Amino acid sequence: MTAAIEFRKVTRTFGSVRAVDDVSLEVAAGEFFSMLGPSGSGKTTCLRLVAGFELPASGQILLDGVDVSDVPPYDRDVNTVFQDYALFPHMSVLENVEYGLRVRGVGAAERRRRAAEMLGLVKLSDFGERRPNQLSGGQRQRVALARALINRPKVLLLDEPLGALDLKLREAMQIELKGLQRDLGITFVFVTHDQGEALSMSDRVAVFDRGRIVQIDTPRGLYSRPRNTFVAEFVGGANVLSARLAASLLGISKPVAVRPEQMRIVGDGSAIEPGWVTMSGTVADSQYHGATLRVQVRTADGELLTIARPEGGNGNGDSGARTGSTVKIAWPRASVVELEAERA
Amino acid sequence: MNGMGRGAATATGGWSRALSTYFYRRPNASALLLLIPPLLWFGTIYLGSLFSLLLQSFYAINDFTAEVVREPTLATYKQLVTQPAHVDIVLRTLTMAIAVTIACALIGFPIAYYMARYATARQKTFFYIAVLLPMWTSYLVKVYAWRLILAKSGMLTWLLDTFGLGPVLDAALRTPVIGGPTLASSYIGMFIVFVYMWLPYMILPIHAALERVPRSLIQASADLGARPGQTFRNVILPLAFPGVAAGSVFTFSLTLGDYIIPGVVGAPGYFIGMMVYQQQGTAGNIPLAAAFSVVPIVIIAIYLTIVKRFGAVDAL
Repeated sequence: MTAAIEFRKVTRTFGSVRAVDDVSLEVAAGEFFSMLGPSGSGKTTCLRLVAGFELPASGQILLDGVDVSDVPPYDRDVNTVFQDYALFPHMSVLENVEYGLRVRGVGAAERRRRAAEMLGLVKLSDFGERRPNQLSGGQRQRVALARALINRPKVLLLDEPLGALDLKLREAMQIELKGLQRDLGITFVFVTHDQGEALSMSDRVAVFDRGRIVQIDTPRGLYSRPRNTFVAEFVGGANVLSARLAASLLGISKPVAVRPEQMRIVGDGSAIEPGWVTMSGTVADSQYHGATLRVQVRTADGELLTIARPEGGNGNGDSGARTGSTVKIAWPRASVVELEAERA
Repeated sequence: MNGMGRGAATATGGWSRALSTYFYRRPNASALLLLIPPLLWFGTIYLGSLFSLLLQSFYAINDFTAEVVREPTLATYKQLVTQPAHVDIVLRTLTMAIAVTIACALIGFPIAYYMARYATARQKTFFYIAVLLPMWTSYLVKVYAWRLILAKSGMLTWLLDTFGLGPVLDAALRTPVIGGPTLASSYIGMFIVFVYMWLPYMILPIHAALERVPRSLIQASADLGARPGQTFRNVILPLAFPGVAAGSVFTFSLTLGDYIIPGVVGAPGYFIGMMVYQQQGTAGNIPLAAAFSVVPIVIIAIYLTIVKRFGAVDAL
C-alpha cells in the first residue's frame, strides 16, 4: 500500500541552520501520526513541508505516491489546522468553513449545506452567523477544524492545535479529535511538544531532536524502549544514569534509563528483593502531585534522580522524603533500559 | 537634632509619597491630569473655532456696506449652491480629490504591499525613508520644484522627448479640460503634483493595515485551495481595506482643502481652498468663506459614512 506521506531524505535549511536534516519517514493512510519534540526541533517545519508552505532544499516529499516537492499548497490534497487557528476575521463562522469550497467554485447552495453539515460535526451548528472574535478559544479551534475538513482532504495536518486551550478543554478535545479521526478515516499528522498528548492519541510518534528524527515508534514502544537519552528524558521523563554510573552499578557500559515510577525509597533495615539494584543518595527536594509524590534524590556523583510513588503508599505520610535526609533507593534490574549514547 | 532631621525628611517623603499614592489609587485622576492640556486645546481651539466657523456660515454679508450681518440666514448657502461659478469650484475640487485619491490608492497599494510582505528589514528601512523623506522638505519648495519640473522646457518634457514620448505628452495636453499649453498650466500637472504630495499619507496606513494581516491567514487561504489571486481578493484586500479607507480620507481631505498647489501649478480655475482664502482675505466675505469651508466637512462626513457602511471600520 502506498504511504499517505513519504519523506525521502528531506532537508530544509534556513540560512546556516538545518531546521530539517535528512529526514525520511512514511505515514500510512488512516494513521494518527504525531511529531513530537521541543521547540526548534524541526517538527513544525516538517508539517509545513507537507502543507507546502516550505519547500525542501533537497530530498523529495510524496503524497499518496506522487512527488509534490514543488507543488504549491493550493494544489495539495492536504489541509491544516493552524496553531493560531488563522480564522478569517472579516468572515462569519459559516463563511470561514465554506471558504475551501468557495475558492474551488462550488455553488452557493451546495457549499452552504456542506458547511452547515460540517459545523454540526464539530457541534457548532448555532454559531454560523458569529464572527470568530465572538467565539471562545475552544470554539475557534472547532471552526478551524471544520474549515480544514470541508475539502475532505486525504491528510489533515494539525500544528499544536491544543496549545492555547486550558487543561480540561485540551483533554476533551484530545478524545474528540481521536474519535473524529477514527470516524472519518483521514490521516492525521499532529505536531506537539506535549509528550502526554502525543502518547495518548497517536498510532505512532516520531520524536524530533535538532532537525532529525531520533525514533519512530508506537507510544508504548517509545515509552518502554526509548532509543537514546533524549527520548528517555523527553518522552518518559525517565532517569538517565550515565554510562559510568551504569557500569559501576550494573556492569553495562552504556547510559541506561529507569522510569521514576520503577524506583523506590526503601527503609534502611528492610531486606532487598533479589534482582533489585540499590544505591544511596540525599533527598534534594520533593513535590506533591496529588496522586503521586515525586522525590528528587542526589547521588554521591551529583546526579539527580526522580522517584515517583503513589501518594500515601506507605500510609504514614512521608518518613523517607525529608529534604537533606540520606535514603536508600532501589529498582528492579529488569526495568533498566539500555540506551544509545546521544549524538553530540 | 537628629530627630528633627529625620522628622523633616519623613515629612517631605510623606508629602510626595501621599501624592503618588493618591494618583496610584486613582488612575482616572492621573489620566485626567494628563488629558487636560490636549482637551483644552481640542475643546476650545479646535471645536470652538469649528463652531464659530459654522456660525459664520449662517450669517450673510450686506452687499452695499460689505459688512457681516449677524443674523441667522441661509442666504450665503443659497448663494453657494445657486451661483454656477461656485458650484463649478466645488465640482472641480471634488473631481480632483476623487481622481487624486484613486491614483494614490492605485500607486500606493503595490508599494505598501511590497513593503509589508516582501521587503527585508533593510529594504523596509529604505522604503520608510524613501516614503517619509519628501515630508521633511518644505511644502512650498516641493510645489515650486514641481512647477519647474513640469514647465514647458522642464525636466519632464525633456525626459519624455528623450524616450521619444513627446507626441504622447502633446496628445495629452491637447485633451480638452484637463489639457493646457504646458503641463505646469494644466490640470494634468496639478494632478501629478497632488498625487506626489499626498502619496505618503496613503502608503503608510495601507502598509500598517497589511502588516497587521497575519501570515497564517494567507497560508490558510492557500491551504484551503485558493490561488494567489483568490487569496488577494478574498483575504488580503478586505483586510487592507481599512488602511485604504484611512489613507483615502487623508488624500481626499488634503486635496479638498489645499489652496497652494492650485495657485502655483495648473489651469486658472478656482478650488475650494483658494476661494476660502480669497473670500476671507481680500474679498472680506467671511460668511461665504465659512460656507465654502463647510463643503469639505460635509463631503468628508458623507464619505466616512459610505466607508463605514462598507465595513471598513469593523475589521479594525
